[in-house]
Formats: sequence, structure tokens, C-alpha cells
Amino acid sequence: MTTDTAVSMRQVNKWFGTFHVLKDIDLDVRHGERVVVCGPSGSGKSTLVRCINQLETHEKGSIEISGHSIIPGRRGRKAANLIRTEVGMVFQQFNLFPHLTVIQNLTLGPMKALGLTQSEADARAMDYLERVHIPEQAEKKPAQLSGGQQQRVAIARALCMEPRIMLFDEPTSALDPEMIAEVLDVMIELAEEGTTMIVVTHEMGFARKAADTMVFMDEGRIVEQDKPDTFFSSPKTPRCRQFLQQILQH
Amino acid sequence: MQTARASRLSLALFTLLLSGCSNNNLKWYVVSPFTEQGQANLKFLIGGTKDTLLMSLLALVISIVVGLLIAIPGIARNRPLRSTNVIYVELVRAIPLLPLILWVYYGLPDIAGIQLDYFWAGVFALALSDSAFEAEIFRAGIQSIPRGQSEAARTVGLNYVQTMRYVVLPQAIRRILPALGNQFAYMVKMSALVSVIGLQELTRRANELIVTEYRALEIYTVLIVEYLIIILIIGQGVRWLERKMGSDEFNAGR
Repeated sequence: MTTDTAVSMRQVNKWFGTFHVLKDIDLDVRHGERVVVCGPSGSGKSTLVRCINQLETHEKGSIEISGHSIIPGRRGRKAANLIRTEVGMVFQQFNLFPHLTVIQNLTLGPMKALGLTQSEADARAMDYLERVHIPEQAEKKPAQLSGGQQQRVAIARALCMEPRIMLFDEPTSALDPEMIAEVLDVMIELAEEGTTMIVVTHEMGFARKAADTMVFMDEGRIVEQDKPDTFFSSPKTPRCRQFLQQILQH
Repeated sequence: MQTARASRLSLALFTLLLSGCSNNNLKWYVVSPFTEQGQANLKFLIGGTKDTLLMSLLALVISIVVGLLIAIPGIARNRPLRSTNVIYVELVRAIPLLPLILWVYYGLPDIAGIQLDYFWAGVFALALSDSAFEAEIFRAGIQSIPRGQSEAARTVGLNYVQTMRYVVLPQAIRRILPALGNQFAYMVKMSALVSVIGLQELTRRANELIVTEYRALEIYTVLIVEYLIIILIIGQGVRWLERKMGSDEFNAGR
């Protein structure tokens, strides 16, 4: 595998009990590529992303992240811990640590997992807080921030680990409409800087602006994968066409 | 039947109170702070505070540590690990405290050649008994923290121990503080049972004084007031701790 490949999934399968969530997933993501994953709920998009950083383990197939491969089983779990420092994740529900201040949220990982000193971690944290435009909130608790601000802190927290790949799992779905833009703006800036991103979202405006590749999932399979212009102008499958019609109507 | 018993009981209570007020049957001077005899008696009674408090406090600390160690396997995915938690909790929880105290004091020397003194036998029995309850409190506390918290911790590279130490437990402990306060108050009261093996804590001293003064009601009243004061102080302490740790402040945001 060339080092140019950030993520490579081969014949990945996953079950929740008897429910077959991911079916024969093949996906390649280059470094610097921005992939947007969409599809109806229950189609397996979140699970796909969560398998990449092994918050969910897959039962069959192989996943390779920047040259480290994860195979199902005990040894895979060891590799998973290593991989998590290279893959950043932003959740739908933010999942900030409510008992810590914003800056403590950002410095925890770099200090405990990467071994940075307090002052190194603080400097890095302030740097990324400026990138998401909220350095002035550093000493506040997450509960004192708005949803949009919280999600931007969550993005900064993931960036603080300086990961090679950023995963976003419906990052704007839990936000009030007027806060979606501030989060998407930050994400577009990241995309313009060349960050490797895999984004699960229904924000098609963002997809048009930032994506290199669109992936459409349905019932656990990748049904369609294409460049954004062809994806939006001439979807090949009827299922994808129907889905796009429904979400682009509004 | 129930009402008959209730009315009989309240009648008895009523007469008791009445006799206390109207007759001079109660000899409060045995515990009066204004007589020499009363002062000596009170000093003797209050002298048990140190053992009661120290024993409860040591037992609490030990049972919290043991309880946490027992709670952790209780939330594991691994089934054998989980069953060690279940077996410990179910077994220890089923042992009544009084027989346990007697067993530790009179039984351990025979079975293991360990003769603990009154105090440490009490600490050991109280801590063992309470650890099962602490384990369940910790398990409930840890499980009440949303899974997203540990997931987020894992994604910033923390391992299992770090995730527990820096993210899950600090939040869980804020939530279980009221329950821990409960257990402490309970422990102080249950420590009275250690009097049966001879430790001169509060209750034992009251019993001993009654043997010489023959004034059970007055002395037991003082005893109850002693426990009341200790537990009121503990209650205030726990509330202060809750405020200090901001239990309510950060929960309000979610």
C-alpha cells in the first residue's frame, strides 16, 4: 500500500447481533482527500466512521489506517489504541468533558497520551482555539457555551492531537439552525488547509463546497461513489436519486 | 388490626411523654452539665466519640477503595470478570453486620489465627460489610455517565485507566456524593453494634453507665443526641463538598 493512502477498507463487514450493519465495504481515502458520506438513517454511515477509529470493531475484512492494519480480534484492539492518536473524531453530541474547562478539554489528550508538558499543551490548545475563533472562552466550562461554540471546541480538541485524519459524525445535526453555519465555516477552513476529512452529514451545501468525493450508503452498502458534480447532477441509482430529491427539496 | 396496634402504640407513647412531663420520674441530674456527677458522666459518655468516629471514618475509606475495585469489573464486557463482581456483592451484602462483627472477633482467631483487637475487628467488619454497597453505588455512578464521554476520551488517545481516572470517575463521584454521604451516616450508626464485642465507643459507654446509674432513658437520650450531632455535622460536610465540587452547577448545562 502506498503511503499516500490514509484509509483503506477491504470487504469490511459488521453485525450488531443478527443485524448486518456493514456489508462488504470497500473504501479508499487518500491523504488530503475530503469525503462526504450521506444516506438515509440506519444505512450504516455512522458505524462506518466509528469503525475507522475502532469505536466499533468489525467482524470481517481489513481496515488500514496510514499503513497500520486492523484485523478483527485481540491484536486489532492493540492497534486500535495506536490508531486513535492518528485519527481525530467529532461527535454529533459534542461529548465535551463537562467537569473540565475548555482549555483542559483540549490539553488532556496531548498531555496524557502524547506526553506534552502543561505549557506546550496550553500553547497548542490556544493555537487551535484561535483557529476555531473562540480563544476568549478558554477558561469557561462547556455548559456555559452555546451549541455551536461547544462543537467548535470539540473540533479544536480533536485537532490538538494533530491527527492525520479527521472524522466527523453528523457534526451539525444536534445544532440550532443559526449555529450550523459557524461550525461549517470552521470545517470549510480545515478542508481548504488540506486536512484529510471523512464527514457524515446531510449538509449538501457543505458537500458541494468542500468534498472531493461523495459516498452514498443504503442498507449497509456503499451504493454510489463519485465526484460531487456528477454525483449531484446525474446520480446513477434510483435510490440515490430519490434520496437527493428528498433532501434537496428544502 | 393495624389501626388497633397503631392506636395502642401512640397511647403508650403519649403516656410516656406525659409521665416525663408531669411526674418527676426522670432524673436528668445524672447527665446534667450543672452537677458534678452529671459532668463526670457526660465526660465519660462523650469520651466514646473518638472511637466511634475514627472507626467509621477508617471503615468508610477502606470500603470506598475496596468498593471501587469491586465495581470496575462489574462494568466490564468480559463475563467472568462481571461475575466476580456479582458474586462478591451478593455474598457480602447478604451477611448481617452483627454476626459478621462477632465472626470477625471470635471466629478469625480460630480459623486464621488472626486476633484483631476490638477496634480493628470493628473497622474490618464495618468496611467489609459496607464495601458491597459502595461497589453498587460506584457501579451505578459510572454507568450513569454517558458512553460518549469514554468514547471521546478514547478518541483523544487516553487508555482505559486514564479514561476512568480523568474523565469517568471525576464525573461519577460528583453524582454519587449524596449516596456516599448516606453510607457514611449509616456507618456511624451501625458502628454502635461494635459495642457487643467490648469496644468502648459511644453505645458501649452508655450501657456501662446505665449499669451503675440505673437511668436508661436519660442516658440513652444523651446517646441518641450524640449520634444526631455527629450525623448532622457529616450531612453539612457532604453538602459543603457537593457545593465545592460543583455537583449541581455542571449538571445543569446538560
